[in-house]
Amino acid sequence: MVQRPSWLARLWVTAVWALVGFFILNLFAMIATVVLDSFASRWLGTWLPLGWTTRWYGSAWDEFQLGDVLIVTFEAVFLVVLISGLLGVPAAYALARRDFPGKRLVMLLFLLPLLIPPITYGIPMATVLYQAGFAGSLSGVVMANLVPTVPFVVLVMIPFIEQIDPRIEAAARVFGANTPRLFLHVLLPLLLPGVLAALLLVLVRTIAMFELTFLTAGPTSQTLVVALYYAVFAAGVRAVQSIDAMAVIYMATTLVWLVLALRFVNPTQIVGRAKRA
Amino acid sequence: MTALAPSLPQRLGLRMSLAARGVDTLTLLMLPAAAFLLLLFVYPFLYGLWISFQPKEGGAFANYGRFFSDPFLYDTIWSTLRLALPVTLVNLLIAVPIALRVRLMRRQRVLTTILVIPITLGTVLVAQGLLNYLGPQGWFNRTLMAAHLISSPVRLLHNYWGVFLSLLITGLPFTFLLTLSYVSGVDPALENAAATLGAGAPSRFRTILLPLLLPGLAITFCLSFVQAFSVFPSAVLLGAPSGPTRVISLAAYEAAFEQYDYGLASAIAMIMGAVQLGVVVVVLAGRGLLYRGASGGKG
Repeated sequence: MVQRPSWLARLWVTAVWALVGFFILNLFAMIATVVLDSFASRWLGTWLPLGWTTRWYGSAWDEFQLGDVLIVTFEAVFLVVLISGLLGVPAAYALARRDFPGKRLVMLLFLLPLLIPPITYGIPMATVLYQAGFAGSLSGVVMANLVPTVPFVVLVMIPFIEQIDPRIEAAARVFGANTPRLFLHVLLPLLLPGVLAALLLVLVRTIAMFELTFLTAGPTSQTLVVALYYAVFAAGVRAVQSIDAMAVIYMATTLVWLVLALRFVNPTQIVGRAKRA
Repeated sequence: MTALAPSLPQRLGLRMSLAARGVDTLTLLMLPAAAFLLLLFVYPFLYGLWISFQPKEGGAFANYGRFFSDPFLYDTIWSTLRLALPVTLVNLLIAVPIALRVRLMRRQRVLTTILVIPITLGTVLVAQGLLNYLGPQGWFNRTLMAAHLISSPVRLLHNYWGVFLSLLITGLPFTFLLTLSYVSGVDPALENAAATLGAGAPSRFRTILLPLLLPGLAITFCLSFVQAFSVFPSAVLLGAPSGPTRVISLAAYEAAFEQYDYGLASAIAMIMGAVQLGVVVVVLAGRGLLYRGASGGKG
């Protein structure tokens, strides 16, 4: 890079980094207030809480039935991850390996659910799910969440499969491998890192997916993020610290998987889903 | 398949000609996923469009007529645009200089990881965090008061600014990461060549980077805008949901789940989609007017 270190350029660089620093400072301070408050015995009108306690976690657990909510969350997320893998990976394989008439239309079909925000298509979709009798239960929540995750798996997996040399599969065929053996011994090991990364991202996105779950969940099929929304919505009924304890539990469940996912993928992949658009 | 192919040779012929065009059993692997999306994405959309023309009372266009004659409903378009357009613009204006700086860094990963956190946590958690942080007793106001910048707490919650700031916290990282992926796609040699020829940083940006980035920035703007326009939880939790931040998605939600008028709700969802599409079309058309020629290679 050829650069003239004029004072104006240096001022500009400093200003840009100051902006980044200011944003991150506010972000961390915001998260810190939630965490600190969840351990605060009393925090009103001071810089830091007056005393520390862990009892809000117990009360949040009981008040919001977090045991049940967590079980529902993990059931829903597990099913979404499993089914989007089962539907998405074969579709991605077909789209990566074959060129057929109407392929652009199929690609558009897989792209649209990722480009259109959930709340826009969620309302007609929830209507259909209610009329079919699925909404209000776990199956409805799972179906609704699959709408963005299946295309997500497809679009993440296509470039991954494209970079696997098709001659490897051809060679396995020449040596007499039938389709199941080809799949088990050749394709599966090659695809596994990509599938793992895609499904981890689906996991993180599904835990945090508010809109679709909110529109389709009934009282017994709320996931953690929807329960958190209702708790914040009805703030004043419960102690703030109790809601913050629940928020910390939610953060922990999400960030554990995010950290795990980031071992396999680049952070930009979480938003860079629509690069081909 | 069998109905199409009555005899064996013909069937083989059909099979082979299909295979030559890329359709064989392997291609069929995409059918379950495609069928699922047709059933739960395309069909609900068409169904929603259909029932939006089947109002509880009145003619086919009664739902749309009702929306555009009731200020409580049609004002939501304006109040949502008033949030989404400035936020998207601010996000993009902040994201571009940062991305241009960060692309020169070798260790981008720490920063991108930090910025992915608010996106991952989502709007509900950010809303609860901001309720603590921006409140009259929160750290933000306390800091400003301790620095004697203000004498009494600024009101940042349950109004326009609460929603604006929450859209900034979740939207800026999203816009930044998209911008970064476009900015990294520009060959640094082009800028080096311009610098060798004596172009200063501002003119390098104006004549080299901007034209190359414009297609990508237009798409980033569209994606960020569409996200901001569909704001829902933070408008309820941090805004004034019966006043200035009564956004369009809230109107659609109320119609569906409080009045159980699915026709009206679908009509509002269709209008929401149409406004989003309208802005996207305007931005992409504007891009075409501003700049014609080879794109940055991401098209």
